[in-house]
Amino acid sequence: MKLFKAKAVSVPYLIWMAIFIIAPLVLVGIFALTDAEGSFTIENLSGIGRFTPVFARSIWLAAIATAICLLIAFPMAFAISRMSERRQNLFLMLVMLPMWMNFLLRTYAWMSLLENNGLINRFFGLFGIGPFQMINTQGAVVLGMVYNYLPFMILPLYSVMTKIDNSVIEAAQDLGASNGKVFSKVIIPLAVPGITTGITMVFVPSISTFIISRMLGGGGNLLIGDLIEMQFLGNSYNPHLGSAMALVLMVIVLFTMSITSSIDSEELEDMLI
Amino acid sequence: MTRSTKSSRAYLYVVFTFLYLPIFVLIFFSFNKSKSRNLFTGFTLDWYRQLFQNEMILRALVVTLAVAAIASVCATILGTAAAIGIQGMKRWSRFTVMNFTYIPVINPEVVTGVSMLLLFTSLRYFLNFNMGFGTLLIAHITFNVPYVILSVNPKFRQLDNSLYEAALDLGCNPTQAFFKVILPQIMPGITTGFLMALTYSIDDFVISYFTSGTSQTLSIAVYSMTRRKVSPEINALSTLIFAAVLTILLIMNFKDIRSENSKSGLKKKGAERI
Repeated sequence: MKLFKAKAVSVPYLIWMAIFIIAPLVLVGIFALTDAEGSFTIENLSGIGRFTPVFARSIWLAAIATAICLLIAFPMAFAISRMSERRQNLFLMLVMLPMWMNFLLRTYAWMSLLENNGLINRFFGLFGIGPFQMINTQGAVVLGMVYNYLPFMILPLYSVMTKIDNSVIEAAQDLGASNGKVFSKVIIPLAVPGITTGITMVFVPSISTFIISRMLGGGGNLLIGDLIEMQFLGNSYNPHLGSAMALVLMVIVLFTMSITSSIDSEELEDMLI
Repeated sequence: MTRSTKSSRAYLYVVFTFLYLPIFVLIFFSFNKSKSRNLFTGFTLDWYRQLFQNEMILRALVVTLAVAAIASVCATILGTAAAIGIQGMKRWSRFTVMNFTYIPVINPEVVTGVSMLLLFTSLRYFLNFNMGFGTLLIAHITFNVPYVILSVNPKFRQLDNSLYEAALDLGCNPTQAFFKVILPQIMPGITTGFLMALTYSIDDFVISYFTSGTSQTLSIAVYSMTRRKVSPEINALSTLIFAAVLTILLIMNFKDIRSENSKSGLKKKGAERI
């Protein structure tokens, strides 16, 4: 059989990839392991120990946000997947629509809602309670993560749940399974690939964000992303330390993905389309 | 059954309220006379007028659209060529190339942004250039290409190779056969990839933030606006963006429904994949 082959046309991309994908990451590695004079040091990496609270806070807040997203998205995705096809398309569109708006604007919207004299506190005021301190708290940061990344959890869950045949659920019910049993023995096991993809897709942007924490968390709730940004463009300019932090962040992300059984390539392709 | 559909409907309403309420509040206050973000004092269109006179925003809009257009065209050409070449590779080299291709998709944006900033600042020791439109464009092409490759690749898996053989048997040379047989078959993937690249480019903030130097995209302008004294111009801008997105989606959905009706459900598989 004659197959169409034209390896040569990928050469421009391979060159591009070497310069703009691989070389920058190699540079991150080099910067992380050198000092300002260019000699080898592990001080940058060992110096990260000072920032353990920030790293712990990032992991903790991102984990909470991921868990909340999963809890909200699971019933949501299931409900959508049981609708008629036309309604499914409509509701998916409604899920994706906010995603198309710039996330800075979405986060900005929450800034004005959560303010001390913001709409939510005004609403509480009608009943004579509050005002509550909501902006500049960790809760606000988690809220921002959930709000921004919830669709990333709904979509992969939906795409596996829409493949669950109603007859499978009915069979379980006919065989005497209660609704709870159907859920735990049939639906959840079949949804596992969507759950792991969703966890990755919410956790990774949550742990590396630096805008949400800055806009909703005030100055007191810095995350890893804020630290990295400050080493490169902020007032504590130190790209060597920043590179070391970026390296650690990459390790955390890779570790997460190896737990959630790494996105398999075909699945990723299917999801993107 | 009716009870469960009722409660699931109520649940959907709650979640959609959560998703849309902030946006609607934003839109509502774009028509507010005073600068307050909480008290509605009267209707006005002043903020829209000011928005269209705000040169920083208009310039940023031009930069955003120019970068997105150029970057997505370049990424589509580069990525499609890459996908074609990757098909001809041996298993092992294909595996290696694809794994590098995933890096910008998987890596946290802040790491991609920082690593490109490092590359550009290092290159400036050897070459004389300033960070600006050029570096922004390079960064955008770099994070767009993987999406093109990832959407063209599956089309190659679905490719009917006997058609290509038939074209050769009927006297086409490989180049002709490529343009007449293979390209039309992978075209839907190329279009999807292009559209994804375009939307990611327009929407991007983090990577642009690190690589844009002196030039400003719309999202960077928005960021600097939220940092400074707040002006309801942002609300007006959000409203316009929301309206634009909504219009595009409605047109796309309308087209879908029409083509679905004409094909009467034949496209079920395609619809399932969103």
